[in-house]
Amino acid sequence: MANAHSHNGHDDGSHGSVKSYAIGFVLSVILTLIPFGLVMYPTLPKSITLMIVLAFAVIQVLVHLVYFLHLDRSQAQRNNVIAFVFAAIVILLLVGLSIWIMFSIHTFMMAK
Amino acid sequence: MSNLVTNVGHAHGHDHGHDDHHHDSGEMTVFGFWLYLMTDCILFASIFAAYAVLVNNVAGGPSGHDIFELPYVLGETALLLFSSITYGFAMLAFFRGNKKQVLGWLAMTFLFGLGFIGMEINEFHLLISEGYGPSRSGFLSAFFTLVGTHGLHVTSGLIWMAIMMYQVQKNGLTATNKTRLSCLSLFWHFLDVVWICVFTVVYLMGTM
Repeated sequence: MANAHSHNGHDDGSHGSVKSYAIGFVLSVILTLIPFGLVMYPTLPKSITLMIVLAFAVIQVLVHLVYFLHLDRSQAQRNNVIAFVFAAIVILLLVGLSIWIMFSIHTFMMAK
Repeated sequence: MSNLVTNVGHAHGHDHGHDDHHHDSGEMTVFGFWLYLMTDCILFASIFAAYAVLVNNVAGGPSGHDIFELPYVLGETALLLFSSITYGFAMLAFFRGNKKQVLGWLAMTFLFGLGFIGMEINEFHLLISEGYGPSRSGFLSAFFTLVGTHGLHVTSGLIWMAIMMYQVQKNGLTATNKTRLSCLSLFWHFLDVVWICVFTVVYLMGTM
């Protein structure tokens, strides 16, 4: 059974291997240390640091989804991916629109 | 005698059918748990939105820049990341069928998680004892709600993990335990994903 798992690419996709966890771990360490370093020892302009920090967070979330949560394009994962994409859209709308509405209120009611 | 044979045959057929059903229901359980996690994502998204709206309302109190210590947060992040990979190794040990290693990796994951919660409680305790509790300002209310909700999830994960260690110890590497550990795996890795958003939005952007 164990052999069948380690030689079967499809099964590896659903619960990973030492290699996939190691890759995910190393990528996560890099993607964590760089933004922390940039904020603790500011070298770049603030707006560029902010962009890098946000971009690295998005990339690290994707790294975790692929290497730790094992989302991929296989048949077995299809429903999970669909549910995730739906949730991601809801989250973007929820957070984006809330912030838009609240900051618009702030601007229109407090600024003048 | 013939009756007995028929009965045995029937029971066997039923058992087999039950096994198949159980296999399917295990996968369905994990999928259902994934759907729950997606709704949990939306809970966190709402709290993140509230935090983003309230982050500048410091009411004359401290802002993130004054109270956050990034090296400390980096330590918490490291503990959670280590616990993620050790949980992964526990699952791999499960698929290899090595009960002792499963228990060992789970225990290590538990200790990393416990270390994370200990650091978080210590941070909260320091803030509150300095007078910067959740009632100080809108910013601090949102901060304690967001980070506290994550901490509460990690604590539930730890309780669940302790129960699973007991069940694996007692019942071994059964199909039921596989389903339960798979759900806990999703939960635990999901909490690490949420933590990435927390340290980025709260600590890094707050200190910037």
